[in-house]
Amino acid sequence: MYLSIVVLPLLSSIICGFLGRFLGKEGTSVLAPLTIFICAILSWIIFFEVGLSGSYSYIKVCPWIYCEFLYISWGFLFDSVTCVMLIIITNVSFLVHLYTTSYMESDPHKPRFLAYLNLFTFFMLILVTADNFVQMFVGWEGVGLVSYLLISFWFTRLNANQSAIKALIVNRVGDLGLCVAMFLIYYTFKSLEYEVIFTLVPSKISEYFYFCGISVHSLTAIGVCIFIGATGKSAQLGLHTWLPDAMEGPTPVSALIHAATMVTAGVFLLVRCSPLIEYAPLVLTIIAIIGGSTAIFAASIGGFQYDLKKVIAFSTTSQLGYMVFACGLSKYNVSMFHLANHAFFKALLFLSAGSIIHSLADEQDMRRMGGLVQLLPFTYSAMLIGSLSLAGFPFLTGFYSKDFILELAAIIRYTVSNGVQANFVYWLGCLSVFFTAFYSFRLIFLTFINQSNLSRSIIYGVHEAPLKMLIPLVILVFGSIFLGYLGKDLFIGLGTDFWSNSLFIYPTRFFLIEPEELDLSSKFLPFFLSISGIFVALITNNLYPFSVTKLQLSKFGRIFTFFINKKWFWDKLNNDLIIYPLSRFGYYVSLISLDRGLIEFLGPYGISHLLSKWATNLTRLQTGQIVHYILFMVLGIFLLLNINILHDFYVQIFDPKLMSLFFCTYIFLAL
Amino acid sequence: MVSFISYTSLIVMLFLIGLQGLLFNRKNILLMLMSIELMLLATNFNWVFFAFYLDDLVGQIFAILVLTVAAAESAIGLALLVVYYRIRGTISVELLNLMQG
Repeated sequence: MYLSIVVLPLLSSIICGFLGRFLGKEGTSVLAPLTIFICAILSWIIFFEVGLSGSYSYIKVCPWIYCEFLYISWGFLFDSVTCVMLIIITNVSFLVHLYTTSYMESDPHKPRFLAYLNLFTFFMLILVTADNFVQMFVGWEGVGLVSYLLISFWFTRLNANQSAIKALIVNRVGDLGLCVAMFLIYYTFKSLEYEVIFTLVPSKISEYFYFCGISVHSLTAIGVCIFIGATGKSAQLGLHTWLPDAMEGPTPVSALIHAATMVTAGVFLLVRCSPLIEYAPLVLTIIAIIGGSTAIFAASIGGFQYDLKKVIAFSTTSQLGYMVFACGLSKYNVSMFHLANHAFFKALLFLSAGSIIHSLADEQDMRRMGGLVQLLPFTYSAMLIGSLSLAGFPFLTGFYSKDFILELAAIIRYTVSNGVQANFVYWLGCLSVFFTAFYSFRLIFLTFINQSNLSRSIIYGVHEAPLKMLIPLVILVFGSIFLGYLGKDLFIGLGTDFWSNSLFIYPTRFFLIEPEELDLSSKFLPFFLSISGIFVALITNNLYPFSVTKLQLSKFGRIFTFFINKKWFWDKLNNDLIIYPLSRFGYYVSLISLDRGLIEFLGPYGISHLLSKWATNLTRLQTGQIVHYILFMVLGIFLLLNINILHDFYVQIFDPKLMSLFFCTYIFLAL
Repeated sequence: MVSFISYTSLIVMLFLIGLQGLLFNRKNILLMLMSIELMLLATNFNWVFFAFYLDDLVGQIFAILVLTVAAAESAIGLALLVVYYRIRGTISVELLNLMQG
């Protein structure tokens, strides 16, 4: 059962991929969701056995790389963190599969799409169930790969291909960090297995290694590299640019990969490595600050975007920022809780968006929507519930995790140990709450409530989605409403032993009771901020849109709006400061100057040129004048006769260093 | 008694005069042939001198051999010269440069 949950999606993927043309659209759209459905049921059983009954499971399958001290095996580890991830992955994946069978109905490459989705689920399961870093890395790279395949699913579109390459390469930057982290871990711990490493961490607190003559604290270096890996996958500030562009893929892809599962891998990594980074406080500070910055950064951009999917994509980035700074404040359990909740309501939002896009003949611009509340009442209610949940409306799912993160940040401000970064992320987090509510309801107003900007032909064609697309929405709606309340006691309840050993919080940073003592104003602040966000969205987008337009057209307003709409020019900065200089360097220095320049110059081209030059010079000696020939004959005889006397002179001339110097000089002169 | 060194230096000088005649002559092929004859003569002189000096007959035999070879060579050389003159109408060495590298 434990292994079949991993293997089944792979088998299904292989069958759908290689035998797709025999199974056809119908066959694959039965097989793929069915497999994942079985996996979903299995994952609930595993959740019961591992999570609720507390019987962790370690399965060693076979050795993989076995050489001296290096022992890497195919092994599976099912603990609380894993089983929570399994629930999220398989359930959201099943719903997305079900949704896809209807959403991609008229696509000619549906079997391929379902094969990719299955493959993605497989790699994600490998990622979360691995019991060592190398096997985890297999899944880590695998989801990146499948993300590439899925974003460029419509491979005839230029944008899709560019975005896919961007996603893959930006992810690789983070993967490099993870690789370095793995090397450092092996250097420090002489093992790559979780259990060995995490057991040994306390004994390596004061271990340093030397790099370029600088002594570096091992755990801090490892933690920073791990966080770089998480930054790439979880789209944190700096490497976030791929996520909004990844919206070029089909909507179910966005829902599955870029909302619910793949981007959570980074957070999962941080949670998994909690025993390690807990002993490196500097890393925690970095994580908290980057996470908080990401939250506010993405949330502010989300409010100024006009693409339906990009708004939700930025909201994902912002929420990932929340999870990461919760990790940075050592609240891994809360982070996991928010991860689980977020997966459900973000999948709901994306699938609802897909439903809108589907019924509007692939229109994605929110400025050309409106008035859909009468036409798509079901999608409207699903979207509204998702948005309320996202904005942290009381007693919905988002409220239990998101507000708790902020309360924790609020209370940690008063402790000395990590007070500064908690203060920083608390205020940024509160601001993000405002923006979250603002862009969620801006989306609702522009899409559903405002007057319609659609053309008449599209309005005639508007219809609710078919049943297969509605069932996932219904299930996710229930998840978005009840999951937070149901899971609260389990995940973050007082004294819950659900997590037992699967994550570690340093005792001096362990706060669970303190938030309950928080003063009322601090507790209400996020709620008031989100309500005010909703009101601002109401005023600016529904009641007085023209006043806002006027404000935007003023000189400052125009610059400001433009600045934020263009994502704070982060892409342009990236391009101008990193990508263009690097590609220019690659072209002019590596290619033109070195490969085609110096190496050719000293190698084939230079030598052939030199030889022909020498040959011409030698032939020029033969002038045709007999007298000259005689002179050379005489000189030659003279040299041969005196070879003993001139020996010392020859040795000087044929000195290898001098000769190479002559050679180089001659090449330069000759050319 | 004339000393060894004066004989040998005379021989070398004769040889070098022949060589210089060969090298510094630009006008005339005839002069070249004469210079070669001079060099051969110098060598012959060498043979004869050393045969006398070492009291060995082989040198004299060799000198007579060289004499015949030199005669044959100068005969062939003069024949070539005549053929060349017939074709070109001049015996200048400078214009003898058709075989450039």
